[in-house]
Amino acid sequence: MSAAGELAIDVSGVTKRFGALTAVNGIDLQVGRGEIYGFLGPNGSGKTTFIRMLCGLLTPDAGSGTCLGHDFLTGQSVIKREVGYMTQRFSYYEDLSIRENLDFIARIYGVPDRAGAVRRSLERLGLGNRSQQLAGELSGGWKQRLALAACLIHSPRLLLLDEPTAGVDPKARRGFWDEIHQLADEGITVLVTTHYMDEAERCHRIACLAYGNILVRGTVAEVVASANLATWSVTGPELVRLAGALRGRPGVGQVVPFGNTLHVTGRDFASLEATIAGLRSPAHEWRRITPGLEDVFIGLMDQAKDNFD
Amino acid sequence: MGRFTLHRLWAVVLKEFVQMRRDRITFLMMVGIPILQLTLFGYAINSDPKHLPTALRLADEGPFARTLVAEMRNSDYFRLVRVTDSEAEVERLLRLGNVQFVVNIPEDFTRKILRGERPTVLVEADATDPAATGPAIAAVRAIADTAIDRDLTGPLSRLRGTPGPIDFEVHAHYNPENITQYNVVPGLMGVVLTMTMVIITALAITRERERGTMENLLATPVRPFEVMVGKILPYIVVGYVQVTLILMAARFLFDVPMVGSLALLYGISLLFIAANLAMGITFSTLARNQLQAMQMAFFFFLPSILLSGFMFPFRGMPEWAQWIGTCLPLTHFLRIVRGILLKGNGIGEILPEVWPIALFVAVAMAVGVKRYRQTLD
Repeated sequence: MSAAGELAIDVSGVTKRFGALTAVNGIDLQVGRGEIYGFLGPNGSGKTTFIRMLCGLLTPDAGSGTCLGHDFLTGQSVIKREVGYMTQRFSYYEDLSIRENLDFIARIYGVPDRAGAVRRSLERLGLGNRSQQLAGELSGGWKQRLALAACLIHSPRLLLLDEPTAGVDPKARRGFWDEIHQLADEGITVLVTTHYMDEAERCHRIACLAYGNILVRGTVAEVVASANLATWSVTGPELVRLAGALRGRPGVGQVVPFGNTLHVTGRDFASLEATIAGLRSPAHEWRRITPGLEDVFIGLMDQAKDNFD
Repeated sequence: MGRFTLHRLWAVVLKEFVQMRRDRITFLMMVGIPILQLTLFGYAINSDPKHLPTALRLADEGPFARTLVAEMRNSDYFRLVRVTDSEAEVERLLRLGNVQFVVNIPEDFTRKILRGERPTVLVEADATDPAATGPAIAAVRAIADTAIDRDLTGPLSRLRGTPGPIDFEVHAHYNPENITQYNVVPGLMGVVLTMTMVIITALAITRERERGTMENLLATPVRPFEVMVGKILPYIVVGYVQVTLILMAARFLFDVPMVGSLALLYGISLLFIAANLAMGITFSTLARNQLQAMQMAFFFFLPSILLSGFMFPFRGMPEWAQWIGTCLPLTHFLRIVRGILLKGNGIGEILPEVWPIALFVAVAMAVGVKRYRQTLD
C-alpha cells in the first residue's frame, strides 16, 4: 500500500439512477495506488453499477473526480485503456482457444509485442500447456485464471473485479488472491466486489454497501470496531430451541447457528446481557467473543433496511 | 424413476406454458407467423396474374385496331398503360420492366384485314418470369381468331373463320424458351443472400450479448462502430462467396444466359448484402436472445420470398401486397439481377431499382445504430 497522496480512484457524489430506482446514491471513494479495496454488499446494492461506471460501461447521472488521474466523466476513453475489468460472468469467447482469446484482447488494446505479451501472460498464470484448449472446455477455476490473464494483458494500472471468485473452489480462490496481492505489490490498484467475508478480510480496506450507499468503510478491524457490537457464543444442547427463545428478546439482534455453537449479537450491551442472564442454564456454556465481519455485515444490513426501505 | 405420473407431466406442461408466456416475442411469432402465412398465401398470392401493364404501339388507328385493343382489355389480362407510335419507346419500357407486354399493331392493319391478307399483330412479352406471362399469352391465342368478329358484319362476315382475319405472333423476349430456371436461378441469389445474411448477423450480435461477451467488449477501448463493422465485414465476404457459387451454378449447370455486366452485378450485390446485414443488426438490437433473433429473421424472410416476385409473379398480387413487396430489398434486387443477366441492363436502366435498396439500408442502419446506443446504458 502506497502513500495516501497518490490516489488511483478519487471520486465523489457518484450517482446512477435507473428510472425511479437510485442504484448508486452519491458515493465518494478514495483508493490509493497499490491498494486492494473491497466492496461488500448484498445483491442489488450498487456494487456492479459503480464498477461499470468506473470503466465507462454506464454513464453516471452525477459525480466528479478522477480515475487514474483522468477526469472520470470526460476521460472514459483514456481510462478504458488503463483499466482491466473482470465481469461477474465469464465473458470471453468459449469457442476460441485460450491463446486466441488472449490474442484477440491484446489486439483490441493494441498491445506492443503482442506475441510476447500473450506468451508472458500464459506463463505467468500457468496456462502455457493449455493454450490450445477451447475456453468453453475449462473448469470454473481455469476460466477465472483466463479471465484474469485477459484483463491483465494490456498492463492496466487499475483492476476492477466484479465477484471474481463466484463458483471457484477454495484452493483456486486462494491462488487467485495470492496473485491479486502480488499485483497490488507491483503497484496495481484493485477494486473488488465480493459476498465472501473471508475475501473481504484479504482486502486492505473495505466498504459496505446497501441500497446504493456506503454504510461504513475502513480496514476490517476498523469496520468491526465501528459497528460497536457485542457477540456471545453459546454451546450446549437444544440450540435450536434456545435460538427460538432468544429471537425477539430485548437486546438480541441476530442469532446465528455455527455448527455446534450459536452466535448471539446485539447492539445494546446491557439489555443483551440481561436477556442472556435470564436464559442461562448449567447445560450451556456462554462466552463473550469478538464479533466477526459477518456479524457486523448482517447487523449493518438489518439497520440499513430500517433506514432506507 | 418408475411409473409415468400425470402430476409430473403436468408440472412440465405448466412450466412450459409459463415460460412461453414470458417470452413475448416468441409468443407473438407463434400467433404472427400463421396470420402472416394465411394473409400471404390466402390473399396476396395469385398464380394467374391479370391486368398486366401493356404498351400499345399503334401504327393504324382504324376501327379494327380499336376493337382488338378493347377485346384484349376485356380479357382482363392486359392493362393499357401507354399508347405510342415510337418503337424506341416501347423497347425501353420493356427493358426497364415497366410493361410486361408490347402489342404492335402494324400500318395497313385495316387495309390488310379488308383484303384478307391476315396482318400480323406482334405481341412482345417480357418473359423473364414465364409464370407471369404464360396465362396472358394463352389468353391472346384464345381470343385471336374471334377478336374482331363483331366488326365483321354484312359483307365482311366472309372474313370470319379459321384461321381468323389476324395473325398473332408472340415474341417472348429475354427467355424465349420459357425456361423457368432462367428466372429462378438468378432470383435464388437474392433469396440465399437474404436468408443467410439476415440470420447470421442477427445471431452474431445477439449471441455476443446472450453469452455476456458484449459487456467485456464494451469495457475495452473498442468503439461500437468498430464492433458493428468488424462483425459485418466477414459476412460480406461470405455473401460474395455465395454470389459466386450461384453464378457459377447458373452458368455451368443451368446455362442461364449472362447478357449484362457481371462487374455491375457484383457491385450492386454489395448494396443488397449491406441491406440484409443492416436488417440483421437491427433485429439483433431488438432480440433478447438468439431464438428471438431467428424468429425475427424468419418473419422478414417469409414476405421477402413470397412478395418479392421470386416465387409468384409480382404483378399477380393485389396492390397492397405489391406495396409491401416494394418496401423489401429483395424485390428490387431480383429485378436488378434478372435485368442484368437476362436483359443486359446497364447501370442507367437499373437505377430505379437501386435507390430503394439504398434507402432501405439507410433506414435499417439508422434504426440499428439508434437501438444499439440505447442498449449501452
